[in-house]
Amino acid sequence: MGKLKETFLNPILKGNPITVLVLGICSALAVTVELKGACVMALSVIVVTGVSSLIASLLRNTIPNRVRIVIQLVIVAMMVILVDQFLKAFAFAIDKQLSVYIGLIITNCIVMGRIEAFALGNKPIPSLVDGLANGLGYGLILIAVAFFRELFGSGTLFGVPVLSALGYTNNGLVILPPMALIILGLIIWAQRSVQKDLQEK
Amino acid sequence: MEYISLFVKSIFVDNMIFAYFLGMCSYLAVSKNVKTANGLGIAVIFVLLITLPVNYLLNKFVLQPGALRWLGAGFADVDLSFLSFILFIAVIAAIVQVVEMVVEKFLPTLYASLGIYLPLIAVNCAILGAALFMQQREFANVGEATVYALGSGIGWYLAIVALAAIREKLAYSNVPAGLKGIGITFITVGLMGIAFMAFMGISL
Repeated sequence: MGKLKETFLNPILKGNPITVLVLGICSALAVTVELKGACVMALSVIVVTGVSSLIASLLRNTIPNRVRIVIQLVIVAMMVILVDQFLKAFAFAIDKQLSVYIGLIITNCIVMGRIEAFALGNKPIPSLVDGLANGLGYGLILIAVAFFRELFGSGTLFGVPVLSALGYTNNGLVILPPMALIILGLIIWAQRSVQKDLQEK
Repeated sequence: MEYISLFVKSIFVDNMIFAYFLGMCSYLAVSKNVKTANGLGIAVIFVLLITLPVNYLLNKFVLQPGALRWLGAGFADVDLSFLSFILFIAVIAAIVQVVEMVVEKFLPTLYASLGIYLPLIAVNCAILGAALFMQQREFANVGEATVYALGSGIGWYLAIVALAAIREKLAYSNVPAGLKGIGITFITVGLMGIAFMAFMGISL
């Protein structure tokens, strides 16, 4: 049981897929203008990483080594299609706002990376936990970036006026794409100042 | 004229990296020196140029709502667009595989310089992202899709070579311990993105 807990906690802090492993940045930044979009994206990624790790782990003894990349891609693509159809059916406006980035979960390195590094060599339950935790670690960073961008960019949180109610003038720069990178850089700086063993030489 | 405008726009205004963050993973991982960045950049242009027209035709004649009309009137209301993710990625993975074999056989020098990057590109978001944007923007013909592929490839190439050059210099500067490595790289890319925003709003 202790090992399972470690599998779950490690990707959230010490081995965070975004700030430490630097995987899956592509879709991480584009959807962080608003908290709502970021939350939906985070949930989608958690579902996709969790379930595709589980499926890959169940199939791990039947997948021939040479064609494993193609099979992984098919599993992930199938999950992403399911998530996309689900969003189209129940949250059409958000699906339109996230546009191509839902589709890009397929090439999100976190999903493939975890299948390759963990699910193919472990039992289904730990693989499911590992996938979910990595999705969660990714989602946390996504939501943190979106929090700052929405708060300082539009003065709102989840569309509810917070700073703008206090007479704050919206900072248009924070909404623009480059600021997402800079905020992420600052988050990494903060994390590495606390966890000194992560610092690069 | 339209082609030139689309070409310039896809390089500078709609830059894959600075406007859409596509292909970020390999962009950050393989930009430590200019030589390897050069190899990966050329490989991306190459693969985009081959896969995007194929995906365009696939979208036009198989996936779009009513695209199967050429098979007969009975197929006129078939909508396969929900299959586009899986077909696009399959096409990309297959073409990358074939291109790798062809290049290995006939152009050994090119293979020696692109070698290890080619297979990686199958999972580069820039390639799939370009295909999805192509579907979303509904280009009028194959020519436009090809020009878009070339433009966005060159945009990606410029971005990675520029970042690699900056990182080579950055290796000698005195950066705060917590920011070293990936942190300062993110901030550099952000500043480069702000510079590239000067191109926004240019209309040709």
